Amino acid sequence: MAKVVVLGAGISGHTAALYLKKLLAKEHAVIMISPNSNYQWVPSNIWVGVGLMDPNEVKFKLAPVYQRKGIVYKQAKGISIHPEGSSVHEKPFVKIAYVTEEMQGKEEDVTYDFLVNATGPALNFKATPGLGPDLYSNSVCAYDHAHHAWHNLEKSLAKMEKGEHQTFLIGTGHALATCQGAAFEYALNIAFEIDKRKLNHLADIIWISNEYELGDFGMGGAYIKRGGYITPTSIFTASILSEYGIRWIKRAGVYKVEEGKAFYELLDGSYHEQSFDFAMLIPGFAGAGLKAYNKSGEDISATVFAANGMMKVDADYTPKPYEEWKASDWPSIYQSPYYDQVYAAGIAFAPPHSMSKPMESPNGTKIFPTPPRTGMPSGVIGKVVAQNIAYRIKTGKKDHPHTGSMARQAAACIVSAGYGFTKGQAATMTVSPIVPDWERYPEYGRDIEATVGVVGLAGHWMKLFMHYMFLYKAKAKFGWSLIPE
Amino acid sequence: MATIQERLQNKPYAEYAYATRPMRMTMFWRRCLIKQFYMFWKLNLKIMMMVVKGHN
Ligand SMILES: Cc1cc2nc3c(=O)[nH]c(=O)nc-3n(C[C@H](O)[C@H](O)[C@H](O)COP(=O)(O)OP(=O)(O)OC[C@H]3O[C@@H](n4cnc5c(N)ncnc54)[C@H](O)[C@@H]3O)c2cc1C
Repeated sequence: MAKVVVLGAGISGHTAALYLKKLLAKEHAVIMISPNSNYQWVPSNIWVGVGLMDPNEVKFKLAPVYQRKGIVYKQAKGISIHPEGSSVHEKPFVKIAYVTEEMQGKEEDVTYDFLVNATGPALNFKATPGLGPDLYSNSVCAYDHAHHAWHNLEKSLAKMEKGEHQTFLIGTGHALATCQGAAFEYALNIAFEIDKRKLNHLADIIWISNEYELGDFGMGGAYIKRGGYITPTSIFTASILSEYGIRWIKRAGVYKVEEGKAFYELLDGSYHEQSFDFAMLIPGFAGAGLKAYNKSGEDISATVFAANGMMKVDADYTPKPYEEWKASDWPSIYQSPYYDQVYAAGIAFAPPHSMSKPMESPNGTKIFPTPPRTGMPSGVIGKVVAQNIAYRIKTGKKDHPHTGSMARQAAACIVSAGYGFTKGQAATMTVSPIVPDWERYPEYGRDIEATVGVVGLAGHWMKLFMHYMFLYKAKAKFGWSLIPE
Repeated sequence: MATIQERLQNKPYAEYAYATRPMRMTMFWRRCLIKQFYMFWKLNLKIMMMVVKGHN
């Protein structure tokens, strides 16, 4: 009997656990360790953040799903991994700490044959003093944050109803933040809600971003076919912002937030402040803070994890200049180069480098987006890792017949820009591959035929359709595995 | 939010003054139920094919 432990029931880990259970015979154990008792469909948090959905509509309890599927669920947090075992345990294990009230403080060593680290990002609010829902800005990165953001947004809207002017600052809250797409989506939704209430004249909405150009989205921008031209996403994005009455500040690294004020440095080295009544700024992301120890108990975290705390996998981490980056630097099987039975899926794996060109201000501040790993690749990676582990367990072989490099995978990003069956709108963008491959596609870095950028009602329907479809899939209901990631 | 005219008058060389803006016909097609219904299936199919092709 083999024992597979999955850390993190997010998009990637939950997908991996469901596929592992489906692909493996009953005698093998799949164990999920995750601190939050709920699964959340993160992309719909945007709608929670503008009061169009209740948090209960974007989440569900994990325990009943795992019980039905025969997956062992421990509501706990992974603290450290011990891939060589220890003086007590012959087998590799993970040290976990339970988080439920009844089991608070209880720790356990869970042994494994295979480990999938899918712990996602730790929201690093602390990297920007004053940032975050406990301090002076809002977040939509989790359903509770988004709900809190909606309460604050509601207050601003109420003030506008009384004739008061409000400034909204939306974007990235750290010089190296990623997830621009989510913040962009939130800015458009706020603009839509303000317009719906006919309060435009009282609003100043500002997009603040660490991108060198609008539409970079952490993937170095893209080119799309549009209106008879091959158009860069900077033009596409500027057009949408302009249409929604949003002005922008780009090349900005926010370094401090105070009540009603954000401080930022521009790439030219100048320092500025922007006052606001409501701010939603995405924090920097870091690894989940797991540690790693060898058999004799020595801390090997610096070997197993990259400096940002994300786990190293089969990528080429050799530092090299931007001009020498290759698509083949990116991992395809997500296996630890040090420990054969350890994998990292979704945001938990350390990318070899960014996709956007690294930029530095004259003061030495690095201001550029780190690479995004959106839901689609996170789900695909979870599935690929599960398929390979299942193959290894079934055959006893060490090879990996399944691959899913982000330099081969496509991504679709549906940026909701208003809600309603006939009034809704979204910008649908697809890129293939996610990581530009200048050897394969010398002209634009990506397959221009596969790249799309369209705005319309259809995008809104798709976003809504995906909300229901992916929650259905995550609940592992009848036919779930037929729905692609 | 300033109108496009206010923006162009007040800040003629501001970056947002150079942004392309959708015209009335573009806005119409974006909400035209028949076109959008067609787009919905077209985009869904395209995305599904891309996901399936992106890994093996
Ligand atoms: C507001 C917002 C909107 C977005 N919209 C889109 C979109 O429209 N389309 C798209 O493709 N992507 C979107 N994304 C990105 C997408 O949500 C992420 O790519 C995806 O959630 C990453 O999946 P993951 O499993 O790697 O991480 P997560 O979903 O963050 O899951 C990580 C899991 O690990 C658990 N965990 C954390 N620490 C530990 C630990 N120590 N031990 C065990 N478990 C742990 C967490 O509780 C969580 O359950 C959006 C993101 C945000 C924030």
